[in-house]
Amino acid sequence: MATNLSSGALQAGREFRTDHESFLQHRSFRWLKLSSLLMLVCIAAYFLIDVEPRPNGGTWVGYTLGTIGAGLIVWLSLLGFRKRAITEGGWSLKAWTSAHVYLGLSLIVIATLHTGFQLGWNVHTLAYALMMLVIVSGIVGIWFYSTIPAELSLNRREMTQRQMLEGLKALDRQLNEAAQPLPRDQADTVLAALGDSPFSAGFWRRTFNYYPGCKTTRAIAVFDDVPASDKDAKRVQRLLMRRKGQLERIRRHMKLKALLESWLFVHVPATLALIAALAAHIVSVFFYW
Amino acid sequence: MSAAGRAAALGIPHVLLEKTDHLSDTIYKYQKGKHVMATPNQLILRSDHEFDAGKREQILEKWVGRTDELKINVKYNAEVKAIRGTGPAIPGSVQKIVMRRRGKPDEVQEIQRHEPPYEIELTSGETIIAETVILAIGTQGNPTLVTAPGGDLPHVTYQLDDPTEVLDEHIVVVGVGDAGIENARGLAEDPAQRNVVSILNRKPKSTNVRESFANAKEPNAKALIEDDAEGKLTIRYESEIKQVEEGWVTLSTRDGEERIKCDRVIARIGSAPPRTFVEQCGIEFTSDDRQAYPTLSPVFESTAPGIFVIGALAGYPLIKHCMNQGYDVVEFINGNTELKPADEPLLVETFAGLPHNKSVEDWLAHLKANVSILHDMSTLQLREFMLDSDMRAYAAGETIFEKSAPGSSLFAIVEGSVSVRIDKNDPTKTVTIPQGSIFGEVGLISGRRRSATVVAAEQTICVEISRNAALKLMSQVPPAKREIERISTERQLLQMFGSGLTAEDLSEVMATAKFKTIPAGTEIITEGDRGKNIFVIRSGSMTVEKNIGGKPVFLSYLPAGSYVGEMALIDDLPRSATVRAAIKSDVIELDGEAFQRVLQAKPALFASARKEMEVRRRTNEMIESRKENFSTIVQLYSEQADFLVSQGIGEATDVLLIDETLCVGCDNCEKACADSHDGLSRLDREAGLTFAHLHVPTSCRHCEHPHCMADCPPNALHRGPDGEVSIDETCIGCGNCQRNCPYGVIRMDARPPKKPSLLAWMFLGKGPGPGEASKLWRKKNSQGDQVKKAIKCDMCTGIEGGPSCVRACPTGAAIRVSPDVFLSVTNMVDEG
Repeated sequence: MATNLSSGALQAGREFRTDHESFLQHRSFRWLKLSSLLMLVCIAAYFLIDVEPRPNGGTWVGYTLGTIGAGLIVWLSLLGFRKRAITEGGWSLKAWTSAHVYLGLSLIVIATLHTGFQLGWNVHTLAYALMMLVIVSGIVGIWFYSTIPAELSLNRREMTQRQMLEGLKALDRQLNEAAQPLPRDQADTVLAALGDSPFSAGFWRRTFNYYPGCKTTRAIAVFDDVPASDKDAKRVQRLLMRRKGQLERIRRHMKLKALLESWLFVHVPATLALIAALAAHIVSVFFYW
Repeated sequence: MSAAGRAAALGIPHVLLEKTDHLSDTIYKYQKGKHVMATPNQLILRSDHEFDAGKREQILEKWVGRTDELKINVKYNAEVKAIRGTGPAIPGSVQKIVMRRRGKPDEVQEIQRHEPPYEIELTSGETIIAETVILAIGTQGNPTLVTAPGGDLPHVTYQLDDPTEVLDEHIVVVGVGDAGIENARGLAEDPAQRNVVSILNRKPKSTNVRESFANAKEPNAKALIEDDAEGKLTIRYESEIKQVEEGWVTLSTRDGEERIKCDRVIARIGSAPPRTFVEQCGIEFTSDDRQAYPTLSPVFESTAPGIFVIGALAGYPLIKHCMNQGYDVVEFINGNTELKPADEPLLVETFAGLPHNKSVEDWLAHLKANVSILHDMSTLQLREFMLDSDMRAYAAGETIFEKSAPGSSLFAIVEGSVSVRIDKNDPTKTVTIPQGSIFGEVGLISGRRRSATVVAAEQTICVEISRNAALKLMSQVPPAKREIERISTERQLLQMFGSGLTAEDLSEVMATAKFKTIPAGTEIITEGDRGKNIFVIRSGSMTVEKNIGGKPVFLSYLPAGSYVGEMALIDDLPRSATVRAAIKSDVIELDGEAFQRVLQAKPALFASARKEMEVRRRTNEMIESRKENFSTIVQLYSEQADFLVSQGIGEATDVLLIDETLCVGCDNCEKACADSHDGLSRLDREAGLTFAHLHVPTSCRHCEHPHCMADCPPNALHRGPDGEVSIDETCIGCGNCQRNCPYGVIRMDARPPKKPSLLAWMFLGKGPGPGEASKLWRKKNSQGDQVKKAIKCDMCTGIEGGPSCVRACPTGAAIRVSPDVFLSVTNMVDEG
């Protein structure tokens, strides 16, 4: 219902308004297109150029593919610097991530063609295997990054991590008071449940959301046999159930957060190992010319 | 104090009345070790007391020493209750005081002014007779007192200087505003102090923090509730003090009376502004506006002869100004009329480089005579005003500013004339603004960018008035305000409707114009009504909703500078949608009938309005037709739009949003922010609310009318070239902006030490790594004085590439949007 003549402002000056699209769709899949083109060129070169005696890393096509591959590996690993070096300029980390993903995937084709399908038990194949490990972990990462954030946001129910923990603390205080009139043995199970911090679990438990000895679950079971007439005990049981609900939410949260990081535990060390193996591969190839 | 110092130096009999038992109470009340700044730097200090930026203690020590040296006659613990003239009644000089009472008609009290000498009555009952009185009482006012029996006992206090010095006490804090909460939390923070703290809240306990703690900021209230839950202190709801005794207080609570141990009562129940007291002295204010200052003569004399007003109460909150005025005013009283104000060299500089080579005084007279909005200013006001303004000379044809350029200053033409380009494609289409008039007033009102290019038509001299100076001018000089409002309304209408309309065409419509302030959430147009009036949004913003299938659907967002309501006028149908204020907004209501006559007289205008209307009708129809298959999406986005508006997007110009379906929580945005700005992050990603996966982090929205700018003593907050609101280095660290920001996006912190380089961290493990360093690391590595200043998002102004938070987001979750682009239903449905 309105004309908007004075907001011409929005089209002028330094323009920062960002497109609302993910790193995968960045600029209508620009990097997917570029990397597909690169792969097509490499495949065409491999099959159309007849090298003697057979396709191999040592032919000129092989060297070219190897150089492109090695260059890409070095450039891709520089994302770690780019992400942390907040310099001035028109770069966008989203574009870098997008390029990282699609160019990284193109390495599957480039490096495989570079091998000429000659694999064996040697440092060269080690470098290839490490690279594939990095790529596979990267694919897992893409999958996690594209599915988990929505799940995480849903599970959080518009709360922050801190608010979730505060909710748990509030329940704990209520439980602590509600458990005062209970007999000793029941009170002890409640206290044991209260001592159950969501952070005591290690990485694996967190990642697989596996808590076999959950003291809160156990405490709830203790109150199952209590007659319904025991109001105090039943109230404590209800509170314990709420605590369990909250605890499960936090645990799911931690699981998702752990998953978001987990793949990097493979991706990054494997990249370092890959660079070392790649260096060995290049040095040995030139040394034993 | 500065005035008394001058009087002492000149040997004039004087007495300095000090309410407390020490001098300079305002600075005395600052927290320990606070760095006091001496802005404006370029202003020369003229006082018998020395003043330079430094620590609170050093400044106070110097002043106390100097006061002794000058043999100033100080009377401590002398609180003034009333000032009355004892001379004969001044004929015709009656002070009218209007008392506003809620729900009742105003009460008018009339006071006959009497000539000096004045009788000053102190609360102790003592009286002092004085020829002249200098009021330098500031604006803080007196705290509201505890009225319960025993409220006058010495352990009932109204402030707390250092919470860490209170040990082993039972303390009752009264009042749950920010001050009360901060005191209570400070006292209870360290359990080693063994204080037992209770804080009284008159309101009942509620799950909604806003309800129980209406006067406190939400984070403060939440922190207090947390402390209560942790047992650090006790919040007593629905409780008030009934009686105070030595060592005990009796509370009246919901469940009856309760007597608790109490060694100290700290009452933080607000304060009464000193206006009533000042008015009772016979001093008139310029207007009923809450921000109004007393009416003063060029020598700071008020409407009560012989009573002078200086300092914050006179509208000058900075220490240096106050000290200079104290000095000047005593000089004036002493008959020194030749005194050149301390700002003379600054003004000489302002007027330097202009043609004519006039003296400062000639220039001021010239300005007064030639510029309509400056006619009614006193010379003193004009001097002060010129300190914040600049003189500009332009050659014929020189561009003064371009369309869409940022800028919020107001220009007044002293000599010459300018032409405004009304058609960006055709530079020959111009409107001339003559000498004496103003331009650039649109930015002044809405804070948005320039709406047209303005070029000097001949050799022209202009005064460029900063937004703050212009706002001050409008509040101090009512005729200037009326003039600016009249011109700006007329121009806004002309510009909005375009089509060759002239001021004469609009004169009838202008006569019907009604200025209205619309509170947030109030409807100005209701769907289905038969109204015909047109509304022009001057400031604030509106949302347009349409009822579809029994549910309100968000249609569009109207920023300041738009108009609404013409559809009903053109097609003569009931209102097709509801328009309500997203935030408190100022609108001009124009009579529909009168406007219709203009439309009929101007076919071009009618055609363009019709075209606009068609666009809107198509949007409406699109929504209507899609409602079957899109109903859930449309509804979801309606709710989302409402959520965003409730989060202050309605007054934002540029806001950071995070799409939670893409955010992996890496916090790279925060780290990037810290690394781009001295190592402190200006955004908190996780905090803030979320709706339908759209998260509004705690980060500046660059409001159209920034709350933070409302009260900045050194005027350190500016709207920059790209619409960003930023703080410059003159910040004195007073924290006003932080308190005024409703979104909690300003923090006070000291600039951290420099970190080792990224490579040193990566390969050698040196330093804390990217992002904001931990408090511990900053403390450990800090050098020298830790001066806390306000910091906030400046949209990475001056950094090539734009805001780092968005550039550093690896997944594209962080986006910066402008509300009128983002909050359009087409955008939303497309995105859905």
